[in-house]
Amino acid sequence: MTTTTDRGTPLVELRDIRVAFGGVHAVDGVTVDLYPGEVVALVGGNGAGKTTLIRTLSGAHKADSGQIFINGERVVIESPRDAKTHAIETIYQTLALAENIDAPSNMFLGRELATRWGTLNDRAMENAAVQVMGRLNPKFQNFKVPVQSLSGGQRQSVAIARAVHFNAKILIMDEPTAALGPAETEQVNDLIQQLKAEGIGIFLISHDIHDVFDLADRISVMLQGKLVGTVNKTDVTKDEVLGMIIMGKLPSEVSATELEQLHD
Amino acid sequence: MTNAPAKAPEEQIESIQVEESARGRFGSIIREMEIDTRMLGMILALLVIWIGFHFWSGKGSWSNGTFLTARNLWNLSVQTAAVGIMATGMVLVIVSRNIDLSVGSMLAVLGMAMAMLQAEILPDYLDFGSPWIWVISLAAGIVMGAVLGAFQGVIIAHVGVPSFIVTLGGLLVWRGAAWMMASGRTIAPMDATFQLLGGGARGTIGATWSWVVGVLAAVGIVVLLINNRRQRIRYGFHVRPRWADYSIGVFSIAVVLGAVGYLNSYLLPPRLAEQRGGGDIAFGLANPVLIAIAVVLAITFIATRLRFGRYVYAIGGNPEAAELAGIKTKATIVKTFALMGILVGIGAAVQVARLNAAVSGLGQLTELYVIAAAVIGGTSLSGGIGTIPGAMLGALVMQSLQSGMALVGVETAAQDIAVGVVLVVAVAFDTVYRRRSAA
Repeated sequence: MTTTTDRGTPLVELRDIRVAFGGVHAVDGVTVDLYPGEVVALVGGNGAGKTTLIRTLSGAHKADSGQIFINGERVVIESPRDAKTHAIETIYQTLALAENIDAPSNMFLGRELATRWGTLNDRAMENAAVQVMGRLNPKFQNFKVPVQSLSGGQRQSVAIARAVHFNAKILIMDEPTAALGPAETEQVNDLIQQLKAEGIGIFLISHDIHDVFDLADRISVMLQGKLVGTVNKTDVTKDEVLGMIIMGKLPSEVSATELEQLHD
Repeated sequence: MTNAPAKAPEEQIESIQVEESARGRFGSIIREMEIDTRMLGMILALLVIWIGFHFWSGKGSWSNGTFLTARNLWNLSVQTAAVGIMATGMVLVIVSRNIDLSVGSMLAVLGMAMAMLQAEILPDYLDFGSPWIWVISLAAGIVMGAVLGAFQGVIIAHVGVPSFIVTLGGLLVWRGAAWMMASGRTIAPMDATFQLLGGGARGTIGATWSWVVGVLAAVGIVVLLINNRRQRIRYGFHVRPRWADYSIGVFSIAVVLGAVGYLNSYLLPPRLAEQRGGGDIAFGLANPVLIAIAVVLAITFIATRLRFGRYVYAIGGNPEAAELAGIKTKATIVKTFALMGILVGIGAAVQVARLNAAVSGLGQLTELYVIAAAVIGGTSLSGGIGTIPGAMLGALVMQSLQSGMALVGVETAAQDIAVGVVLVVAVAFDTVYRRRSAA
C-alpha cells in the first residue's frame, strides 16, 4: 500500500511533511512519492491538506518539518525559484496569472527572454508562446490582450502553457480542469497522457473521482491533514476510494455495508 | 484571486458586434488607427480647458485672450515640468499597489540639502564658481533621494508596513527635517549654473536648438511608426492601413513642430535681448521641459522594455502570482521607491533652481498634485494599470487648470475647490469608462 521500492529511486519523495497554521495541522506527517512517467492523484475533501502539501513542493509555502528528495537527493525548496531550478512547475488552482498583462508576458513572467542589450525580447517570447499554444490550444489567438479579457478556458491554457514550456520534469496540477468545459477538459486530459508518455512525473490534485480514475496510476488520499493511504488505481474501485476520502478507511478495513451507506 | 466566470466565445463576439454598430463610422476610424480612446479623451479635455480659459481670459473675445499666447504656454510648460517629472515615478509606485505621500516633504529635504551644499558648504572647499559645486550638489540630491526612497521601500517591502503609513510618516518626518536643517531659514542664492536647471531667461536652449529637438522628435516618430509596421508584418499581426499610419505620422509631427514654432515666437524682452546682441531672440524650450521629456522617455523605457518595469506591473496585477512566478517582489518594491526618490531629487533641483532659493515650506501639497496627475492620467489606484505619458498629460491638465484660473483671477480657495472637483470627476469618468469597456 505504501511506497513500492522495487521501482528504483522515485523522481520525487515528500517525506514526513508537516505544516501548521496557528495550532491547526494542515499537513501532518505526510509522505508521498512520484516516479517518472507516472501520474499520482492527490484526493480528499475540502481542507484535507492536498494543496498545502503540494505548495511545499512548488515553493509557495515552507514546510515546518519534513524532507524533500528529488532523484534520491535531499533538496531544500524555500521559494518558487528553488522549485523551478529543480524543474518543478506548478499549475495553481488560482492559475496565478497577472491579469493586466498579456499571455506571452505571463508565460515568461520571472523568466523573460532578453535581447543582447538586456531589454525584454517581446518578439521572441511571443513566438515561443505561439508555438506552445499551437500544441496546447490551436484556437488560441489573443496573444496581445491582457489575460483578464480571456475566457476561463483560455486563461487555463496560458497557465498550462507556462508550466509545460520550461521542460518540467515534475508537474504539479492543482485542479487543472476546474474552469474548463467538457471539450477543453478532454484536451487537458490528452495533454496529461502526452506529458506522461514523455516521462514527466505529475502530481494531480482533483476532486473529480472520475478524472482521477481516468488519469492516475496511483491515488494518495488525504483526510484532515493526514495521509489515509496510497493505492494503485487497478487495485481499487471508485467506492473504495470514496470510502478512503470520507471515512478515512483503507479498502482492507472497510466493510461492504459501509460502502453501501456511501450511496445513501 | 477569483476566476472570472467564463464567457462563451459566441457571447463575446456578439457583444463586440453590437458595440461596433452603435459606435458607427467614427468609432471604426478610431479603431483602425488604433488610437487609445482614453488618451484621446484626455487630449480633448485639455483642448477644451485651453480654449475655455483663452476665451475667459479675453472676457469672451478670442483676440483679447491671453491663455494661448506663446508666453503663457511657455510658462505653463515650465510649471508643469517638476510635477510631471515626479508623476512618472508615482505611476510606477501606484501601479505596484502602493502610494507615496512623502514626495512633497522629501522634495523639501532634498531641495534644502542641495541648496545648503552649494550656498553654504561647498564654497568653503571649492573655488567660487567651480563647476563641481553644481555637479556635486545635484548628484548629492539625487543620490540622497534614492537612499531616502529605498529606506521607505525597505520598511514597506521587508517589514510589511503599508506604504500609506510609511510615507505618511515620511511626510511629517521629512518636512520636519527640512525645517531643522536650516532652522527655518531661506537658503539663497543658488549657483549660477545650477539655476539653469530651473529655466528662466537663461535656462533655455534658444530657437535653433529647439528646432533641432523638434526635428529629432519628428524623426523619432517616423522611425517608431516604420519599426512598428515592419514588426507587425514580419510576425503576421494585424497591420494598420497605410492611410492610418500616414495620418498619425503627419498629425504628430505637425503637433510637435507646431508647438516648437509657437513656443519659439516667445521672445526675450528687448532689454535682455540687447545684452545678447539685440534683435529678436527667442527663449526656446526651457531646460526643465527638456529634463521632463528626457524623464518621460527614460521611465517609459524602464516601464515597458525592462524586466523591472514588467515586474512592477505584474505585482500590481497580481502580487501572489508575481511571487509564485519567482519574481523578487520585495526588491522590486524597494527599487520602485528608490526610483521615486531619484525623480523627487530631480524635481527638487528644478524647483529650487527656478526659485533660486530653498525654503522649508518647499513642495507643500506637491504629493497631492503628483498623485492627482498620475490618477487623472489614467493610473488606477487599485494597481496594475497606468502609463507614463498619461501621467505627464495629467500633470499638464492639472497645471493648465491652476494657471488658467490664476490667469483669470479666480481666488486661491476657489482654485483648490475646482482642482479637487476635477480630480474626482476625472476619476469618476474613468471608472465608468473602464467598467463599460470591461463589460
